[in-house]
Amino acid sequence: MTRTEGGCVIELRAKSPCDGLLPLSIGGVTLSEAAPGAMTCLMPYKGQAAALSGALEVACGIAAPAPGHSTVSDGVRILWFGRETLLLIGPEPAPELAQHAAVVDHSDAWAVVRLEGPGAVDVLARLVPVDLRESAFAPGATARSELRHMQAAITRLSADAFEIMVFRGMARTLVHDLRDVMESVAARAGR
Amino acid sequence: MRITCPLCGERDRREFYYQGAAVALTRPEPEAGEAAWDDYIHNRENPCGVTRDLWHHEMGCGAWLVVMRNTATHEVLEVELATDAKRTGA
Amino acid sequence: MRIGGEGLINRERRLKFRFDGREYWGFQGDTLASALMANGLRVVGRSFKYHRPRGVFTTGSEEPNALVTVGKGPGQEPNLRATTLELYEGLEARSQNAWPSVDFDVMGINDLAAPFLGAGFYYKTFMWPRAFWERVYEPVIRRAAGLGALSREAAAERYEKAFAHCDLLVIGAGPAGLMAALVAARAGADVILADEETRPGGRLTLERIEVDGRPGHVWAADIRAELAGMDNVRLMPRTSVIGAYDQGTYGALERLAPDVAARDGAPRECFWRIVARRAVLAAGALERPVAFANNDRPGIMTAGAVRGYVNRWRVAPGQRVAVFGNTDGAHRTASDLLAAGVHVAALIDARHGAKCEFDVPFYPGMQVCDAQGRKGLEAITLTGPRGTDRIQADCLGISGGWNPTVHLTCHMGGRPDWNAQIAGFVPREGAVPGLRAAGACNGVFSTQACLESGARAARAALEEMGLSVPEVPVPRAEDGAYDIQPLWHVPGKGRAWLDFQNDVTVKDVQLAAAENFRSVEHMKRYTTQGMAPDQGKTSNIGALAVLADTTGQGIPETGTTTYRPPYTPVAIAALGAGGRGRGFAPERLTTSHGASVQRGAEMIEAGLWFRPGYFPAGGETHWRQSCDREVRMVRQAVGVADVSTLGKIDIQGPDAGRFLDFVYANRFSTLKVGRVRYGLMLREDGHVMDDGTTARLGEDHFLMTTTTAAAGQVMRHLEFVHQCLHPEWDLRFTSVTEQWAQFAVAGPRAREVLNGVLDAPIEGGMWPFMSCGAVGLGGVAGRLFRISFSGEQGYEIAVPARYGAALFDLLVERAEALGGGPYGMEALNVLRLEKGFITHAEIHGRTTAFDIGMGGMVSSARESIGKAAAARPGLLGAEREQLVGLKPVGAVRELVAGAHLFARDAEAVSANDQGYVTSVGFSPTFGHMIGLGFLKNGRARHGEVIRMVDRMKGSQTLCEVQDPVQYDPDGGRLRD
Repeated sequence: MTRTEGGCVIELRAKSPCDGLLPLSIGGVTLSEAAPGAMTCLMPYKGQAAALSGALEVACGIAAPAPGHSTVSDGVRILWFGRETLLLIGPEPAPELAQHAAVVDHSDAWAVVRLEGPGAVDVLARLVPVDLRESAFAPGATARSELRHMQAAITRLSADAFEIMVFRGMARTLVHDLRDVMESVAARAGR
Repeated sequence: MRITCPLCGERDRREFYYQGAAVALTRPEPEAGEAAWDDYIHNRENPCGVTRDLWHHEMGCGAWLVVMRNTATHEVLEVELATDAKRTGA
Repeated sequence: MRIGGEGLINRERRLKFRFDGREYWGFQGDTLASALMANGLRVVGRSFKYHRPRGVFTTGSEEPNALVTVGKGPGQEPNLRATTLELYEGLEARSQNAWPSVDFDVMGINDLAAPFLGAGFYYKTFMWPRAFWERVYEPVIRRAAGLGALSREAAAERYEKAFAHCDLLVIGAGPAGLMAALVAARAGADVILADEETRPGGRLTLERIEVDGRPGHVWAADIRAELAGMDNVRLMPRTSVIGAYDQGTYGALERLAPDVAARDGAPRECFWRIVARRAVLAAGALERPVAFANNDRPGIMTAGAVRGYVNRWRVAPGQRVAVFGNTDGAHRTASDLLAAGVHVAALIDARHGAKCEFDVPFYPGMQVCDAQGRKGLEAITLTGPRGTDRIQADCLGISGGWNPTVHLTCHMGGRPDWNAQIAGFVPREGAVPGLRAAGACNGVFSTQACLESGARAARAALEEMGLSVPEVPVPRAEDGAYDIQPLWHVPGKGRAWLDFQNDVTVKDVQLAAAENFRSVEHMKRYTTQGMAPDQGKTSNIGALAVLADTTGQGIPETGTTTYRPPYTPVAIAALGAGGRGRGFAPERLTTSHGASVQRGAEMIEAGLWFRPGYFPAGGETHWRQSCDREVRMVRQAVGVADVSTLGKIDIQGPDAGRFLDFVYANRFSTLKVGRVRYGLMLREDGHVMDDGTTARLGEDHFLMTTTTAAAGQVMRHLEFVHQCLHPEWDLRFTSVTEQWAQFAVAGPRAREVLNGVLDAPIEGGMWPFMSCGAVGLGGVAGRLFRISFSGEQGYEIAVPARYGAALFDLLVERAEALGGGPYGMEALNVLRLEKGFITHAEIHGRTTAFDIGMGGMVSSARESIGKAAAARPGLLGAEREQLVGLKPVGAVRELVAGAHLFARDAEAVSANDQGYVTSVGFSPTFGHMIGLGFLKNGRARHGEVIRMVDRMKGSQTLCEVQDPVQYDPDGGRLRD
């Protein structure tokens, strides 16, 4: 903390939600904290969904995804995040977006982790009731569901990689629950 | 029990919060009188058969849904967004 | 006794195990039952009520007799069936319900008391003296009867649960199930094939039946190998599908193989929830016995079990084996025994006109009517048109026919149909939507018919799912006819057993009918037939046949009782897997959690959140010391508390103000930008739902706060109002509770603390009471709210949560330098009590705005949620219990939350009840306890002395009724 005359200019150190808890690797499945950059919740006003999508295309190069999907391009990702709700991940939101939607910063609200490796889907199948078969949940698909009693957003990044988001305050529980199940899966597989 | 959310697809009942009968969609006018308000707040039909309920996809997309189901056979007959139900006249 | 030959055991792998403390050997592939039998043990347990010696009866999960306990300590598991328990090296099992040993059981004396212990005996005996039932008879009877016991230690074993989705779930991997799975898998459907056994084949692993020109179990293994190589197939051996539920959901319990379960971190069992578009039930059939006197002797088992032990495990269940039945199965049993070189003492075929092709003593048209040999069968008595006969035998295989395993088809309230041709119940089509039965469980018993039935069921399911059906040839197998002459019970002297597990006899069922418990539902409950862990799998049909006989009704008219999940027992630990210890509920932690714990704070649970109760300072040993100090600290210097847990909802849009006017009792559209207002939220029934402060950050931008406890409920309510009542309003909102870390800084020196962290310091007047706005802290964009829950000059400072931990440390450091520090929930509660501020202790769901003295907030001009109902007669007026403050004025100084209030001299009975106490605390500021409560017409009774009565503790306190706001009533300390 630096003190200057007539006032103080402090330095606030930032901590990530999973600070000190990750990474974790058990039986070939790894769990690591993602650093998604800015995360902005976008909720279009009445009749403005299409306009918002258009504005997003102009501002970040990609349009809004349909429910259950995500769109990606060049360091920018847009997740469908709930009823008439999108999550813009990566860049700060362009000011024009506020003409069409409520724009709310969620950059600090979520613990975001990446679960990867052969067996990742078996791990998730022990926590999430959603159909995770690739035919039902392909790369790019996203679901709002529960992960063992926690509200969560699950996105499939590839055949064996998933991004999981839960409330920041539940980061420790998320890691605990995933570790618990990773151990089971690894033991079954003899890894 | 599984409910097909129009936005999320078929999901386990545990993702939803059950509110009660869909009559809650038609809120009486302020001056509708005591009987109307009493019915709205307290009184419900309890059929052995088809009911229309309000469910909130709380652990999912957050949409409120009108679910038509049969309490005797457990079939879930129809699910629509509450906002759509309101638009078509509840 | 072990015999030679291959079987399905691995003689290369010997396994050592213990039973009742003694060491034995078996082979890999043995079950505990087959290994005990191979070692010559005949008595494996004692029956539930009469403690009769019992032996192994079957080869499967329907086993009624051979229940054992495995393991000691936390891992101890009782009531496991020895017939399904896979033998492994080091297995330690014990028999149950016998003392001192299964061979000599003291409680065997119960058998002599049998005349007094018949069905419903507890309704007719042990009645006098009355008090003795609860204190003497019941405890003794309870100890005398029973199955296994738990260790009573906290479980240490790991269990797990999992979810799976598929197109077709095939339940059972016998011939029908394997065909169904094969057809569906070749069609490209996602298939799950589940079977409770360790290997596929069903009865093919127990019989000398050929399929496609080779031994049935070899064909089964070949099919399994093909399925195992397909990506779209999930094989689930050792998995019992225990229940059929709505919309294609099935519950299944998977037991892990012993060597896998023994690995570090591996679970013992996994409970699966499987969602299947379609399902095929290929669960086979269960053999039923015939009831005759003493038909429960050790050594008496089903004919199918005799064949199974001989063929699969290469164990002769006796040296002189008799067979008694009413189908060709009896002949097949004799044939298998001969092929294995076991002496057949008699083949008794109850069917008139039966013929025999083997060179064995043959008794057509005869019936077994008695069996001798208490600790092991010695002889049987036959009866028939030509008289009686006595045959020496040490094992008897009986078959009264086969019962299709219909259970899952009845799990949704359906009943099965009686098929007179097979003398058994079969599933009713469509009883469980999406599930079709195939094979023996659908009433077809030849192997050929089962294969075809399974293929047919899969084809039908595929067609329904719009998948193309591949050409899959059905292999050839035996296609024998099922030629049965029903036989349920052979009359005779002595008790004839129906339900072995609950010790229910034919006489009990007849007695039930005689006492007018004539419906099958009543008979079941009165006799307890079918109510043991085996759920009557080997006795249900026999019992209802006896009942039908006794009442003169036919079997179809008598009907069955309801079948409910689980099909076989499921440990609650499996259902609740993951819910132990930390896994019980999510823990929600604030950004200051680490710092609080490090400072030794006692953390308390507020819903899922963890919040510090108090921060013990050096030398403090009791929470009151810390709490009192923290209260004084806030009032005299400054305190810092983490208030991040309160719900924060960001609301934006042209109709945001209108929306708030509707959901709050008081008006918000008139709130100026940069100002904060207290809001009261009602339920539609006029009672208070929640309260909080809402700030206007911009023209169309509000930030609502809720209490910690009601945050989720309020959010749901707002969504309901918007989506269900006014979707035409243009606004959007989202929770930002987690986005912002927020800290209260309260006390006369609060501003000094803040000025140590803000980029632009605050001077007097800049931030008047109830103002809000943006601030910078080290370049970080934060928000400042001038609000107070403590009654002192107070601010709440919010930063994005990533900076929360750092900001908390800085604020506390600064506060401590000024004679202050952190404070917790206990002190926060006392501070607000001194100010008369309410929490959910006061707005507990049955209080109105009027009750808490805020009736004036409910705007008369416009409509809002709850307004109409709040004006109902009975919710207003002097009769209402109104919020008051309380202070003790007598010798007793203690106030107790939850205690009730009475007029000073009134008797403390319900009729005189005038109210209750909601919150109490010791106030260091006033030097005594203070409280809040609700008192009839309380606002008009300030100054009156009333009596607080606590019935739980038996204490009474004289209290003076006062205004809830005792500290700084004018609010001067809040303002500049």
